[in-house]
Amino acid sequence: MAIHAESLTKRFGNFTAVDNISFSVEKGEIFGFLGANGAGKTTAMRMLCGLSRPTSGKAVVAGIDIVKDPERIKKRIGYMSQRFSLYDDLTVSENMTLFAGIYGMREKDIAAKRTAVLTRLGLYDERDMLVGSLPLGWKQKLAFSVSIFHEPAVVFLDEPTGGVDPVTRRQFWRQIYEASERGITVFVTTHYMDEAEYCHRVSIMVDGHIAAMDTPSELKASLGAGTMDDVFYMLARNAERIG
Amino acid sequence: MRQLKAFVKKEFLHVFRDTRTMLILFGMPVAQIILFGFAISTEVRNIDLAVVVPQSSEVTRRLTEKFDASEYFTVRKILRSTDGIERYFRDGSISMAVAFTPGFADEMLSPEGAGIQLITDGSNTNTARTAAGYATAVIKDALSEGTAAEAAGIQTDVRMLFNPQMRSSYNFVPGVMGLIIILICAMMTSIAIVREKETGTMEVLLVSPMRPQIIILSKMMPYMALSIVNYLTILLLSVTLLDIPLSGNFWSLTLLSLIYIVVSLALGLMISTRTRTQLAAMLGSGMVLMIPVVFLSGLLFPVESMPGFFRVLSGAVPARWYIEGVKKLMIEGLPAGMVAKEFAILSGMAVFLLAVSIKNFKLRLQ
Repeated sequence: MAIHAESLTKRFGNFTAVDNISFSVEKGEIFGFLGANGAGKTTAMRMLCGLSRPTSGKAVVAGIDIVKDPERIKKRIGYMSQRFSLYDDLTVSENMTLFAGIYGMREKDIAAKRTAVLTRLGLYDERDMLVGSLPLGWKQKLAFSVSIFHEPAVVFLDEPTGGVDPVTRRQFWRQIYEASERGITVFVTTHYMDEAEYCHRVSIMVDGHIAAMDTPSELKASLGAGTMDDVFYMLARNAERIG
Repeated sequence: MRQLKAFVKKEFLHVFRDTRTMLILFGMPVAQIILFGFAISTEVRNIDLAVVVPQSSEVTRRLTEKFDASEYFTVRKILRSTDGIERYFRDGSISMAVAFTPGFADEMLSPEGAGIQLITDGSNTNTARTAAGYATAVIKDALSEGTAAEAAGIQTDVRMLFNPQMRSSYNFVPGVMGLIIILICAMMTSIAIVREKETGTMEVLLVSPMRPQIIILSKMMPYMALSIVNYLTILLLSVTLLDIPLSGNFWSLTLLSLIYIVVSLALGLMISTRTRTQLAAMLGSGMVLMIPVVFLSGLLFPVESMPGFFRVLSGAVPARWYIEGVKKLMIEGLPAGMVAKEFAILSGMAVFLLAVSIKNFKLRLQ
């Protein structure tokens, strides 16, 4: 079990952002975490990353209790945010070296792995280019590779494909599948319902609760919907909190 | 350690890659010092002068020639009396007048001494004061070539107007140091931290195993290094270019500057915890730091002549204590023991500000 959450709750004053959610994610699974803006998915993800302490409930990520040991979780996870998360004024290989260093990897391990990863990405010739000068799609691919460079148990992707064209998005998902096949658990939030179809399993959050959780095909079948888009609409249209 | 090394390297790369900022950071102190040194010599050059000689004598002739020969003055008019002299000031034909008393030559040899009146255009205080300073120097210089009796006879009067332009430059250098250090440490540090919030990289860092204290520490390093380089540059320039002697102990001055640098870094950190955008950080440090430094630190207006309220307020401005300490150590050449108060106040501020701002730096992004 890569992630196990039980009655996880987060309140800010009177406002319950995440209300008593429970779920489990298997090792190597691609778990889609869906919800309208303001449904509470970012807050839930923050708690799982050890950035925010839950008000009540508990969760274990990569075998580590998020309440008791939030600092240790950070070593076992990778993170890529919706906003671009590399440094534009550093080169491709400097960015990689920096984050590997932050995760405590040894210099000689970094160098060997860097070459391998860059070659696989087809970015080896661009290794000394500033990241700021790369096209957005390449940056995205690079950011993902950097987030799993230290071989985390779980990688959290917070709307990773925002603003990217469909072709690049598809390539990006190929990378996600590769990571999952290597045993890395992928926890991904997204706004794109076609992407939801790529996930092994999705949960849909509405007003801080998990309104539905299953494989995309089961969800469509049980609600009699043709696409994930319809599923999402049917569940989320009655939401009280729309961000 | 591996983390720290990787991260500090990144911070230096950020600063070095940003050539425009680098240029400003290194150019600014040099430009300020050079401008200042240069401004002094240009501002008072070619002052249009009227000499008022009620009764011509050997001495007044010699002095008039000296004035005309000086690069600072051009004698435009020789007048008999000061009556209606304002007219010439008004129409711009002169900006200064030197008036001898009627019996100047005789009075010089009398026990009371002789008087020379310097009339300047007070609408521009700085130029007027500087011009008066130079006129005094010319007079003194000319008379010292004469007999000892002449020099002795006049000296008391001359000393009253002792070199004001030198004093302003003595005031300026410590002020520039105080300003530049706070600018680089506080403003640049706060912008650098807020920039990571703005681009979203701070989030990635907080999810990483980097401890927030280490992030902060590494962010401060390049600006600390820059400030030390700038401090040394200003010191070198003011000693070589402006001929301001380093009368006190170099190491005491450096220690004081290091403490002040830490205070400034902590201030920058504090601003960064309160602001979200780079623009806000810049405005914040502008309002919170620059204005008090310029107006309340004694850089422009002496603290002693401030109204009570502002004098109390200036006590909270770190730059005031730093500038005062630098003056004592550098210009007056006092031993470090005499600066104990400044050391104590700045150290206290450093500890307090660092503690508050590290506590404020949000470990968990709520």
